[in-house]
Amino acid sequence: MEENKTYTVSIYTENNIGLLNRISAIFQRRHINIESINSSVSEIENISKWTIVVQLTEDRMKKIIGQIEKQVEVIKAYYHKEDEIIYQESCLFKIKSELLFEERQIQNIIKESNANIVTVNKEFFVLEKSGRSEEITLLYRELKPFGIMQFTRSGRIAVSKDEMKISKMLEAFSN
Amino acid sequence: MKEHFTLDKENDILTAQKMSGSEAIIKCLLAEGVKTLYGYPGGAIMPVYDQLHQYQDKIHHVLARHEQGAVHAAQGFARISGKVGVVMATSGPGATNLITGIADAQIDSTPLVCITGQVNSQLLGSDAFQETDIVGISTPVTKWNHQITKATDIPKVLAKAFYIAKSGRPGPVLIDITKDAQFEEFDFSYQKCIGIRSYKPVPMVEEKKVQEAAALINSAKKPLIVWGQGVILSEAESIFKGVVEKSGIPAAWTILGVSALPTSHPLNVGMVGMHGNYAPNVLTNECDVLIAIGMRFDDRVTGNLNFYAKQAKVVHFEIDPAEVDKNVKADVAVLGDAKESLTQLLPYLKEKDYTEWHQRFKDLYKIEYEKVIKNDLHPTKEGLTMGEVLKEINKQSKGNAAIVSDVGQHQMIACRYADFNITKSNITSGGLGTMGFALPAAIGAKMAAPNRDVVAIIGDGGYQMTIQELGTVFQQRIPLKIVVLNNEFLGMVRQWQQLFFDKRYASTEMTNPDFVAIAKGYYIDAQKVTERGKLSEAVQEMMSTEGPYFLEVCVEKEDNVFPMIPSGASVSDIRLD
Repeated sequence: MEENKTYTVSIYTENNIGLLNRISAIFQRRHINIESINSSVSEIENISKWTIVVQLTEDRMKKIIGQIEKQVEVIKAYYHKEDEIIYQESCLFKIKSELLFEERQIQNIIKESNANIVTVNKEFFVLEKSGRSEEITLLYRELKPFGIMQFTRSGRIAVSKDEMKISKMLEAFSN
Repeated sequence: MKEHFTLDKENDILTAQKMSGSEAIIKCLLAEGVKTLYGYPGGAIMPVYDQLHQYQDKIHHVLARHEQGAVHAAQGFARISGKVGVVMATSGPGATNLITGIADAQIDSTPLVCITGQVNSQLLGSDAFQETDIVGISTPVTKWNHQITKATDIPKVLAKAFYIAKSGRPGPVLIDITKDAQFEEFDFSYQKCIGIRSYKPVPMVEEKKVQEAAALINSAKKPLIVWGQGVILSEAESIFKGVVEKSGIPAAWTILGVSALPTSHPLNVGMVGMHGNYAPNVLTNECDVLIAIGMRFDDRVTGNLNFYAKQAKVVHFEIDPAEVDKNVKADVAVLGDAKESLTQLLPYLKEKDYTEWHQRFKDLYKIEYEKVIKNDLHPTKEGLTMGEVLKEINKQSKGNAAIVSDVGQHQMIACRYADFNITKSNITSGGLGTMGFALPAAIGAKMAAPNRDVVAIIGDGGYQMTIQELGTVFQQRIPLKIVVLNNEFLGMVRQWQQLFFDKRYASTEMTNPDFVAIAKGYYIDAQKVTERGKLSEAVQEMMSTEGPYFLEVCVEKEDNVFPMIPSGASVSDIRLD
């Protein structure tokens, strides 16, 4: 049996209502858990870019790309291995302000982790960190013992090392 | 906003000042050449029905007795004609009742445009009366769907709907239109859709791939063609026949592919799959090159994939890139429309002699004939068989009838034994296996092909799932022939219970009503046959009756359909008894 690996899927689509349903249904139907999903504008006007992280075999990944590309409003879908992309995720911590002054250790953690303080007020401060998944997990583990009021992290966003040629595809249509 | 699809601006079909959204819907349907549609009215679609009343001399609305009946009728219409079937329903339950037919059309690649009414746009999400999220519900079973909340969107969205439903690999499209958009007035104009930038319906055929395919085919000593509905959908029947005849390669079909090549053609070696013919199933695992044309290696065709044609090189002609390597790895895949691909392939093909290989098919046919076919078609036991009913229908229709079958034992018998001279003549629910499909689908088929004999072959179980459509047959006076093969069982499930569940007949025995009385209740001529001696005369009476006719044939209760590939087994482990 081929083993499961982490793949990042990039999908360029029209910006239409209902596509989230259509794309997530492709995974749901096959009982595949989506590790993270992000939808945003892309480098092209009115075109959305989706970044989805899943763990499965390459054989299944290929078939799913076929199913995604088959959707009428999908322009193109790609899957990437970990070394084929530059990727990041981002997270926010809300922590009691008093800790910042009482616990020297916290200041060191912030410095070493390259996290940024977004805001500070009397009650709490908000810490932001972008980076690889492991870096965020590490920061979370380090801060946890001091007490975290709120924590959230985003899905992965990624750009590929290779060109994805979406603009050329769209130009071909308008000509 | 700039549009990302192309409308045929040079052929602006219709423009008009101030028109309601509901009238615009009818105008769009007329512009797409729709003359017949199926449906059922209700609150949220009433403005459109009001317009259907105004336009009744131009467009014929067929009132079904249930929305499922309406959508299956639209499917039957589409399957026999190759045109887009159109169905209309109201919001909520009207819309959800369409889902089975939409799922059926999706898996069997049938072009449909389904129009549903929706509550006012201001009420969306408020759990209003008969509000349901039909766009959400239908997403996984439609090729495309869309909700319209503004009348101005109606023409371009419907233009896209027809284009998407029919182009490439066809499929169902659902358009949900809020009631306020139906009432809203706007300046109407309509242009057909001729392209969408994110959608490439037909891949370009690559000549290099065609050459590779031809080289592999020409090198074969024991080649086998398996064709599917793709040949019919791309209207490639004639070039396909050319390919088969020039190459001299034996050709077998999937149940949706049958009728693309006449069943009597000497190179037609029968059906593949679970209840297919012995020779093509066994020899799938002996051929050296398997040439798949417009088919998708469904599990009912392949049996256990781990033992399917492992010895063969596979050439796959396919329009849908997602089907290539999905179930069976192709050594050469030729993407594109079957008609185009086969047209390019033909000149490269060599004429070769496969006499010995053909003999293998003949020898295995003889075995199947002795063990199965003889007993099905020329039974010596007292009870009637389903096969002999089919044989009688073949005889009297001369193989020119369209056969619309339901799902179960009778379906397999109909597909195995019906004679087909004319393409698009086997209308059955292949992928989804929808019981209740046949009666309404036959209504649509007969309306699309009024000059042809259309015979619905249905089991006593499936018949009762949509029996209410007899009301549609009666009201529309559709001269349809309905044959119920009654074994007082859900026969296929019973067969599996007998073979794999030690004869524990859990909930498969049917206590049936007086079917003839029911038909007569709808003023449909009817009779019941229980003896072999009366069969021929009854079929003759049915076929020669001008109006609709219902024939019930009481068949042997516990007959089984063979050959059979048990689930999980290899195609070559097909059982003859």
